[in-house]
Order: sequence, then structure tokens, then C-alpha cells
Amino acid sequence: MLDDFFLRAIIAGICVALIAGPLGCFVIWRRLSYFGDTLSHASLLGVAVAILLETNFTFSIFVVSGAVSLFLIYLRVKTSLPSDALLGLLAHSVLAVGIVVLGFMTWVRIDLLSLLFGDILAVSVTDIWLIFFGGILVLLTLAAIWRPLFADTVSPDLAEAEGMRPKLVRIIFTLMLALVISVSIKIVGVLLITGLLIIPAAAARNLASGPIQMAFISMITGSIAVVCGLFSSLTWDTSSGPSIVVTALVLFILTLLPLNRIRSVLGNYSERLSNRGIKQ
Amino acid sequence: MLDNTLVELIDAGIKRDSRWLVRGVSFNVDKGQIVTLIGPNGSGKSTTAQMLLGVLKPDEGIVKKRPKTVISYLPQKLSIDWTLPIRVEHFMKMTGKVSNEDVRSALVSTGVEHLFGADLRILSGGEFQRVMIARAIARKPDLIVLDEPVQGVDFKGMLELYELINRLRDELSCGVVLISHDLHIVMASSDNVICLNGHVCCSGTPKLVSESEEYLALFGRQVAPGLALYEHKHDHTHGTDGSLIDDNEKSSSVAG
Repeated sequence: MLDDFFLRAIIAGICVALIAGPLGCFVIWRRLSYFGDTLSHASLLGVAVAILLETNFTFSIFVVSGAVSLFLIYLRVKTSLPSDALLGLLAHSVLAVGIVVLGFMTWVRIDLLSLLFGDILAVSVTDIWLIFFGGILVLLTLAAIWRPLFADTVSPDLAEAEGMRPKLVRIIFTLMLALVISVSIKIVGVLLITGLLIIPAAAARNLASGPIQMAFISMITGSIAVVCGLFSSLTWDTSSGPSIVVTALVLFILTLLPLNRIRSVLGNYSERLSNRGIKQ
Repeated sequence: MLDNTLVELIDAGIKRDSRWLVRGVSFNVDKGQIVTLIGPNGSGKSTTAQMLLGVLKPDEGIVKKRPKTVISYLPQKLSIDWTLPIRVEHFMKMTGKVSNEDVRSALVSTGVEHLFGADLRILSGGEFQRVMIARAIARKPDLIVLDEPVQGVDFKGMLELYELINRLRDELSCGVVLISHDLHIVMASSDNVICLNGHVCCSGTPKLVSESEEYLALFGRQVAPGLALYEHKHDHTHGTDGSLIDDNEKSSSVAG
């Protein structure tokens, strides 16, 4: 039952979930959900560029969304438009440019549905290596900049004053986000990438009592969602992206259950059992 | 710049949209010195502090910092988002490695050692302020910049915290920059008071400031009895503000 393509998708998916977990936490903490959307809109242009230059999809999507995110940082400094207006402006203009460029390339037929919702059949061995090394690079970088990035999330002024160089860290974080989005496009698709970033992190928030703990729970939740989602995608022949996101949603709903009460009831029960054991 | 000087401002100013928020500010902070910035709302106290810290780059003039100066900053406002699960312990270690003993002893010195494992978002305003001060101390800084550190702290607590800042200056021999709109209490502990209102109105030792005609012109004479009244309350209630609150409630209920 485990075909090669499926194994590749599972490996790639877990790698993506492991890097999306901690980054998703920062996306939630820093209120960047729409930023993720903007970057994923930009990926269509990345695909067009990849076809035009005959390069690797993942690589060109990273370059394009990285450029878009740096442009956004520049616009934030240069204009006084609020962030949400800038994000809307960029997201839709880049999407439109992407579609227009694709339209000019009349010789190209691309499967828009697989781009939008993910296509596990499309994951190649090259992609796995890209995702694997990209993922290791992202996690190591994140570990290195965790402290300043976290301080900047709590208070940018405080981080700057206490010498944490938040501006540099912000740029690195933004580029990492672009990298994650570019490597996860084949698994989850353009439309649902933000879901893979946010839903596991949101579920983790319901369980965690500290920031690092939340990042790890988010990694685990994301991995479970990817594995279960991909299996259900194979079983019922549904698109991989929606299947993964629906699984993540189910996990999120489970975390809303009154866990403390369940835990205390179970605790009481096991206590009673052990007491009985002592009496006997 | 002398060896003892931690930071020096020379004719520094910040401009926003062709308006000068603050201009022509010159002073320095030395080791073991408490410098107090006072002035009305919008007078550029926080802007001056941020310029001194390097958060804002001066549009005019120079800000010189001694290299390798460990700085602690207590911003005026800091809100923690619900999505961020953060405990006092994490907050204390946020901008640098700090040992658990240092965290605990800093929390002890601000009187909130019981909050070590508490969720940061459930703290009261006064508790949060004490935790913020403890965080600033735990870093063992060369320079502490405190932007209205006693907001939300009751009167007795305020006296304790000023006493603590005083003691810290002696123990760590660090420089302290204190921003306050309360001249009266600050006067007792500071070496240099700088009164700002878009520029340096006047500066000097505390006694000089309260005698200055420029200061009186800025705040008006009606403020002076208010400050005196504050002192009066202190004499009668022995450092608690309970009766002050009662008086207000009585008068407001009579009025209503």
C-alpha cells in the first residue's frame, strides 16, 4: 500500500509540519496571518517564473515570495498606509501579475487545482532533499534567533534598547517564512498554507503554558495532521491540502475540550484504584 | 567623554513630519547617578529616553554611548497578547541568560517572589510593574532606563520602589534614568532633574528645579498646593493611601 510517491509525500509533509510548527507560533503571536496569505498569493508568480526560466518550482517560489516580503518591509517604512492595506495591495497585485504572466505563456498548461490544493503525486526526490535541508536550515536559524525574535515579539522597543538587533532578526524571520511557504506548496497548496501554519499553533496554544512548549506541541500537532491527512487523502482520494487542514481542525477542536477536568477525573480514578490496591 | 559617563546627549533632537518632538537636549548620565526626566504629557520625555537608548536615531545632534554598556529598559507600556503563553520566569529571561537564583533574588527585592511561575497576563497593574522592575534588575545592568516605573503601584509601594532604585544605584553603581510626572517624590532621590517641554526647560539638583521660575511657569502655581497636599496626606496616614481614596469616594458620592 505504501507506494514510493506516498512515502515521499509523508516524509516531505512531516518536514514541513516540523518547521511550520514553531514559525506558525510566531505568525500567531505577531499577528501575521494575512502576511502568510500574501506570500502564498505571490507563489503563483513564482510558478510562472519557474516555467519561464525552466528552474525548480520551490526555488523560484522562494525567491519571489522572499522578494515580496522584503518589499513589504520596505513599504512599511516608506509609506504610512496601515499594514492590512499594504498586505491586501501586495497580495492581490502579485496574484494578478502571476495570472497575467501565465496567460501570456500560451504554450503552458498548468494544473491550477493541484497548485491551489496540493498534489502529493508531484513531490519529487529533489523536493524531498530541498525540504529536508531547507527545514534543517530553518530550524537551526530559528534556534539561533529565538531569543531576540521572541523579545521583539513581546516589545520591539525593549528588544532594540537591550541590544537584540530586532530589525535584522525580523528580516531573517520573514525570509524563513517565505522558505516554508515555498517548500510546503506541493503538499498543502497555495490556498491552505496559512492553515498549516496557524491551526496547529492555535491548537498548541490551548495546551501550552510556555512559549517553547507551545512551539513543540505545534510541531507534534502539525505532524499528526499531515500523517492522518495524507492517509485519508489516499484512502478517499481527496486533495492532500484540504485533508491535512481538516485533520488539523479536528485536532484543534479536540484541544478545546475541558482537558483539565478530564485530567482531574482520570487522576481521581487512578488514585482510587491505587488506594484500593493498598487496602487489599 | 569621560570613563564614568555611560551615555551623553549633545544637542540631540527628534523630528516627525517637520515638527520637532524634542530638540536641543544635552545631558549625560554617569555611573552611580540618578537622572530624572520630568515634564507634562507630550513634552518628549519618552522620546528623549528612546533616543538615549538608541531605539530612535536623533535627527539632529549626537548620542554617544559607552561601548559594552549593559542596558535595562522598562517601557511605559507593554501589553502581552493572549496568544502568547508566557510566565514571569520566561519574561525575566527574555533578553539574556539569567540564572534562576538571580531571577528569584530580583523578584524578592521587588516583593513579588511568589509570582515566579505565574502567568504574566493575570498579574495586576502593580504586580506587573514590580515584575518589570525585577526583570530590569536581574540583568545586572550598567544603565537602567525606567519610564514611569511606579504607575499602578500604590503609595507605600512607590516609596519602597524608589528606595529600591536608590539602593540599586549604590549596589550596582549603575546609572539610572527615571521618567516621571511626579516631581515631588522623585526629587528626594535624584542627582539631576531635567525638566522637558519640547526642549530642556531647566535642569539642576532637585531643590533648584522647584525654585525655578521656569518650572512654575510650566506647571502653574496651582500644582504646588497639590503636591503639598500629597505630602500632608503622607504625614497623617504614615505612608498608606487608604484615606486618600476614601476622601475621593466620599466627595464623589456627595457630588453624585
